[in-house]
Amino acid sequence: MGILEVKNVGKRFGGLQALSEVNLSVKENSVHAIIGPNGAGKSTLLNCLVGKLIPDTGSVMFDGKSVLGRAPYEINQMGISRVFQTPEIFGDLTVLENMMIPCFAKRDGAFELNALSAVLKQKDILQKAEHMLEEMNMADKRHMHAAAMSRGDKRRLEIGMCLSQEPRLLLLDEPTAGMARADTNNTIDLLKQISDERDITIAIIEHDMHVVFSLANRITVLAQGTPLVEDDPQNIRGNPKVREAYLGESA
Amino acid sequence: MFGLDKKDTSMLIIVACLTLFAPFILNPFPTDSAMAQFNAGYPDLMQRFVIFGIFAIGFNILFGLTGYLSFGHAAFLGAGSYSAVWMFKLVGMNVIPAILLSVIVAGLFALLIGFVSLRRSGIYFSILTLAFAQMSFNLAYSVLTPITNGETGLQLTLDDPRILGVSATADGSIPVTSLFGLEMRSTFEMAIGPWAFQFNVGYYLCALILLAAFYLSIRIFRSPFGMMLRAVKSNQQRMNYTGLNTRPYTLAAFVISGMYAGLAGGLMASMDPLAGAERMQWTASGEVVLMTILGGAGTLIGPVLGAGFIKYFENIFSKINDNVLHSWFSFMPDGMEDALVFIVHPFIGKGWHLTLGILFMLVVIFLPGGLVEGGQRIKGWLSRRKAKDSNTSGETNPAE
Repeated sequence: MGILEVKNVGKRFGGLQALSEVNLSVKENSVHAIIGPNGAGKSTLLNCLVGKLIPDTGSVMFDGKSVLGRAPYEINQMGISRVFQTPEIFGDLTVLENMMIPCFAKRDGAFELNALSAVLKQKDILQKAEHMLEEMNMADKRHMHAAAMSRGDKRRLEIGMCLSQEPRLLLLDEPTAGMARADTNNTIDLLKQISDERDITIAIIEHDMHVVFSLANRITVLAQGTPLVEDDPQNIRGNPKVREAYLGESA
Repeated sequence: MFGLDKKDTSMLIIVACLTLFAPFILNPFPTDSAMAQFNAGYPDLMQRFVIFGIFAIGFNILFGLTGYLSFGHAAFLGAGSYSAVWMFKLVGMNVIPAILLSVIVAGLFALLIGFVSLRRSGIYFSILTLAFAQMSFNLAYSVLTPITNGETGLQLTLDDPRILGVSATADGSIPVTSLFGLEMRSTFEMAIGPWAFQFNVGYYLCALILLAAFYLSIRIFRSPFGMMLRAVKSNQQRMNYTGLNTRPYTLAAFVISGMYAGLAGGLMASMDPLAGAERMQWTASGEVVLMTILGGAGTLIGPVLGAGFIKYFENIFSKINDNVLHSWFSFMPDGMEDALVFIVHPFIGKGWHLTLGILFMLVVIFLPGGLVEGGQRIKGWLSRRKAKDSNTSGETNPAE
């Protein structure tokens, strides 16, 4: 029984069956990659997990509880954090403020009318945010406007923001899309370090095979909205079905 | 001090000095000099400065922090005014219960409108609030006549019950609004040489309330709640995926700013106990948007500056007429004088909107951050000049 259990999930958009009979089990503390050619339904599946979309059929259980019908913020409070394909951060705020907001969300929940105490008096939040910035190696950028940072730094910040919520499951949607090689390698190292040092499960959607094979210890291949195979990386590499559906074109 | 950091405390002190010494500051010209018409230090106008300042401070909590542009805030101002006048009619002429009721009524009204309007964002939100405000205006004008007295406006009469006061004073006139016997209209005049300074009780009550409102807004801006509101403006998607529910945050901001508007409306009625439907009209809602943007949306002091600026223009520029112009330009040859008056004419008197419009465009185009940005640029320019001076005088500063 994995921490995330997807059973028989189907989703139709008009005439397009985007997902059908998707079964997926993500084991606790693993790094699980979901790969597949364009249009395979990876992003649709991810959106079904975080509450952006509600599947037509099937169930999604996180830690024994259903996530279906819950709003994104409720699912996040259950312990699922999401990193977007293009970094979603608070561009108008400083880096430190960016890091403080998830700390507040963790401490105070989805809403708290804390209108009279000063932000700077919240020592526990400040400390936690500063600590996380140091861990992400961005302490020197704490007073920068987040929008002014490079793409790689924005990605780092977003991952740091997700981690400061201490999620049990971290979902990443093509975290290295559009990155230079050096930034990609940095991100891989960061994610490796995160999965080694923390009690966390990572599910990652990725195009880049280099990223997938250097991180994942379990891979699901999606094709045309349905899982083709779920196996360990070394078996995926040699699987003829996968080669035909996906790797064959590029390898 | 007061739980604020140094910078905010000094800003609060500056605003306090400006408001408390306004009768002096706004009256720089001797009473019988030619420039006396630019004096703004009379009670009526000073009251309007601070009341609209409060209105704009409240509006800025919604628009400046969350970015939700409401075009219906005049509805809350009007609701506050009507509630206050009803309090004067039914209970008594003390302003405290009237102001309290106007804040509460406006808050409840904002809760209702906000709950519906905040289902949408961006332009749709603006249109929804505009629709609600126009609806309120038309209701006040027609259907709700028993409550609002329609187009005449709600006024005090001699046969109002006023259960805690008197229906009519001993000499048979309508009693005036007061704070525990201290009449709002009473004014102390101080003559120093050719100057005459007026100190009005109503103005000082409004000024103290403005200070409290400004202080509260600083606290909100610096609080975790204020940070969340800025985060809403910046990226709602990230808010939702960070486990934060944006709806109650925006609704709380909407209600708070609605209560500020109600406070302003209640004060308006306390200074002059009548309320008309035109206070709810969309032009009134637009005015507070202009004030906030002109002063600097999202800054603390901007809305107050913007409110003062617009109200000054409205009251001073609109009073200049052709006769005044002729007297200014009388030293010129006749033809030139007439030509100049002809050119300036559209910008003064009833044409002051044109002047305001041009100034507004200039500010939005060249100073997107409003008057506050203008101030910052001047400050930056001065400090750069100073740095240059000290550099040339032999000191070497490391390049930053």
